[in-house]
Amino acid sequence: MNNGKAKTIVERTAKVIFMVCAAVAIAAVVSITGYMLAKGTPALAKVGVADLLFGTVWKPTAENPSYGILFIILTSIAGTAAAILIGVPIGLLTAVFIAEVADKRIAAIVQPAVELLAAIPSVIYGLLGVMLLNPLMYRLEKYVFNGSETHQFTGGSNLLSAIIVLAIMILPTVINISVSAIRAVPAHLKSASLALGATHMQTIFKVIIPAARSGIMTGVVLGIGRALGEAMAINMVAGGTVNLPLPFNSVRFLTTQIVSEMSYASGVHREVLFTVGLVLFLFIMIINLILAKLEKKGALEND
Amino acid sequence: MKKNKLVKMMAVLSAVTLFAGAAMGCGDKTEEQTTDNTGDVAETNAAESEAEESTDLSGTVTMAGSTSMEKLANAMSEAFMQKYPGVKVTVEFTGSSAGLESLQAGSTDIGNASRALSDDEKSAGIIENIVAIDGIATITDPENTVTDITSEDLAKIYTGEITNWKDLGGADEQIVVIGREAGSGTRDAFEELMGVEDSCQYAQELDSTGAVLAKVAATPGAIGYVSLDVVDDTVQALKLNSVDATEENILKGDYVLQRPFVMATMGEISEQSENVQAFFEYINSDEGKEVIKSVGLIVPQ
Repeated sequence: MNNGKAKTIVERTAKVIFMVCAAVAIAAVVSITGYMLAKGTPALAKVGVADLLFGTVWKPTAENPSYGILFIILTSIAGTAAAILIGVPIGLLTAVFIAEVADKRIAAIVQPAVELLAAIPSVIYGLLGVMLLNPLMYRLEKYVFNGSETHQFTGGSNLLSAIIVLAIMILPTVINISVSAIRAVPAHLKSASLALGATHMQTIFKVIIPAARSGIMTGVVLGIGRALGEAMAINMVAGGTVNLPLPFNSVRFLTTQIVSEMSYASGVHREVLFTVGLVLFLFIMIINLILAKLEKKGALEND
Repeated sequence: MKKNKLVKMMAVLSAVTLFAGAAMGCGDKTEEQTTDNTGDVAETNAAESEAEESTDLSGTVTMAGSTSMEKLANAMSEAFMQKYPGVKVTVEFTGSSAGLESLQAGSTDIGNASRALSDDEKSAGIIENIVAIDGIATITDPENTVTDITSEDLAKIYTGEITNWKDLGGADEQIVVIGREAGSGTRDAFEELMGVEDSCQYAQELDSTGAVLAKVAATPGAIGYVSLDVVDDTVQALKLNSVDATEENILKGDYVLQRPFVMATMGEISEQSENVQAFFEYINSDEGKEVIKSVGLIVPQ
């Protein structure tokens, strides 16, 4: 009797604790969304939607300030896209190597190494970028623009450096999720392909990767999310001037825009930075919607 | 068997790291919100208690304003509080103009500004108490052979008219123009003193003094500007119009890249609360002057 009562109390308390925990996450999402909308929209009205989103001149502290963030938006899109173009093929092939090609002993070394890559703080990537990548890029820049009168030399802090750093940073995300997806491909598909006389490589590219497609896409989309949201590392290597996203231009991303100017900004300048945050937030939301759709599709395919 | 264990351990380890990261992320968000709220409450409390307790030397002195003055304001308030344990000095770093605004609004005792006050501000009754002078040094990488530059040439470098050191008698090396982000006090001061407001063509805009120092030191052909006191051996400070960037030359007024650090008050110091008066007495004492020097600034004369 007594025991039974104690049991119900424990059950109930546990239930309440679970609910409170879940509520924390929900409350965080709701309040962040509400806060971003409330803080990010006033500047749109003050500056004008077109002037803000499609303006190309960023001079927030000038006497006649101008708050165009088009180049910043384009930089985030171009930088992320290029990082995906470089990072995904490398990541996917590494995943195939771990899951299919390498023998177990080597895979047991490579996979933990990849996981370790995910655990390295982004500021470390930034430091390495400053120490190694930027000087290298400056040499390349001098070589490419030798004698150019119009190019502004950036000392190697440019979009290309940021892209390379981002491409490496998304590798663990793409690799880990792709490995899981490839390993989840039913063994009978592989066996059937091999039994029909296909080689191992043919089986990988014609059967296994297509079968693991939706899982791999999930990895890619998560990689896009990571690249889009990264701030610290690219803030250190990208140069930080608002410019058209060309490989050797010093550029600013949505994230680094907020990081580098928030501390001193005031008035409309500060409000516009919140709008930049809102734009970033919307991008991430879109990525998440795509992700949710992909996962649904994957679940359907597996049925 | 052993290998399996290792792999498992690695997996657990990475899982723990991931989880810890996620947990910390959540913690940060909620924490930020709560501290924000309590911060507001504390502020209003401080304002109230100050009104009641300004008759003897216990209570508060509030400062708000320039971020460039952070080092000075913190060092000065710490030293002052050590001498007068009853007084609590709080400093907020909101930017020079924001500090003067809150001074006018009466929400702070002292408005910190890292620039001379405008005529408008002076006519609003704000008194410009210059407590220290900050020098800005132009720096290049240590290999650069150009050691002296005129104000005009420096301005031309920053507006993109001069792009190669050979035009200034140096090596054939592209100039990498490095500066601070919009809103930085050092950038404001530099651009205003050089007369190149809003017309600078930066190759890099960095968000801290340390970053500027590091990048200039590491990039051949780079030029940047930082507070005089942080200049070290990793970079080379340029002479400006043949004047060395030294304290002596700044006090004489020969070196043009300098700005005052102002602790502004609404009305004369003698009209302020006892706490604020004691604070200014302390700044002007020998102890206070030591503090100013210790953070790399120059005592005005």
